[in-house]
Amino acid sequence: MLFRVNASSGVPLYLQLMEQVKHAVETGALRESDQLPTIRKVAEDLVMNPNTVVRAYRELEHEGVLELRHGAGAFIKGASESRARLIRKAQTAMDATIERALQMGLSEDELQRIFASGMAKADERRGAAAGTERRR
Amino acid sequence: MTEYVIETEQLSKSYKDKAALRGLDLRVPTGSIFGFLGRNGAGKTTTIKTLMGLLHADSGSARVFGLPASDANSAVAIRRRIGFVTEDKELYPYMTVEEIIRFTRAFFPAWRDDLERRYVEMFDLPLKRRITELSKGMRSKLMLLLAICRGADLLILDEPTDGLDPAAIEDVLRELVSIAATNGTTMFFSSHQLSEVDLVADHIGIIDRGKMVATGSLDDIKARYQHLRVVLDDARQAPVRWGDGVESARQEGRVVTLLVSRNAEAIAAQAQELPGAVVERYPVTLKEIFLEHVRSN
Repeated sequence: MLFRVNASSGVPLYLQLMEQVKHAVETGALRESDQLPTIRKVAEDLVMNPNTVVRAYRELEHEGVLELRHGAGAFIKGASESRARLIRKAQTAMDATIERALQMGLSEDELQRIFASGMAKADERRGAAAGTERRR
Repeated sequence: MTEYVIETEQLSKSYKDKAALRGLDLRVPTGSIFGFLGRNGAGKTTTIKTLMGLLHADSGSARVFGLPASDANSAVAIRRRIGFVTEDKELYPYMTVEEIIRFTRAFFPAWRDDLERRYVEMFDLPLKRRITELSKGMRSKLMLLLAICRGADLLILDEPTDGLDPAAIEDVLRELVSIAATNGTTMFFSSHQLSEVDLVADHIGIIDRGKMVATGSLDDIKARYQHLRVVLDDARQAPVRWGDGVESARQEGRVVTLLVSRNAEAIAAQAQELPGAVVERYPVTLKEIFLEHVRSN
């Protein structure tokens, strides 16, 4: 079995399962349109509650990692693979930046303002770049 | 189908002078696997017997499938739709395994012959042996077979893995999970084995001295409970009173460990405001939640 959960860690099992599906996608153990094991199979193999497996799969569908096809099972979604990874990468980078800024003593408001002005500048730059593109 | 298969309100029951249940509120959602936890003598078996109509509560109400468990007629209707494994594992001792299977089968039109064959083989049950000659583990397996094969909508299991060896426990739990996944059967089971409850249950209820002290979806409970570790700049800074939601606070030198049952955000913020304090969060295990509740009262 691809997955393993640890009941004594205190982390909700559906979250553990979600992490492991995502990890399997990242490492390439699961690829686009690969079928995931059925809910019953996961529940039996890991001796865990089927509703917990259902919840993990639903949340993963919601995040765009997999697709639930009625009656056929769960499949890894194509484009989501790289998209999910990108989002997570950006999230990690962002978290580190936020953490550093907070440690420097910035307030949440100040951070929000920096973020908003940064986004505005990026918008401008992109607008200018698009303009250049058009002129060519 | 009602939202809750089992619903009790303010259920109370005393034996002579001793109160076994003191206003128990229990709700078991349809389709859930509900782990019923409590110390010995907390009221688990009394609750189960009341639900099956074998005991009458002094006050309050108990409904199973929406029917009152205290009413003799509906108790029969309820028992027809549930399979149960009780703690004392009472069976007709003069029968052989084969006889009691045949005897029980006669009462249930929805009897599952396929499951019967499967479990006889899987549990390695000696068909010709008398029930009195069975080990504790064998009796548990036999009761489980009788409970499951009748095609029940609800399984009530009082310590279903009690007396089984680790390999047999794994077999039994895997079967329960498989039945739940295949048929959507609701399961209400009591257990002392927190690790197995942690894996198999999606809802739990912790009973202590006849009262429900914590109940709900296991994921929600785990998300709500947190350990906060606060490292103070100065040991004397620790507030005398923490915010609402702190179940326990323990201080060792400059380190304060809090067990929080709700409002974790607000409490972390409160700790963060102490000058120079560093706050870390850790998940809490079911065992820690359980011990906190049955010890503190």
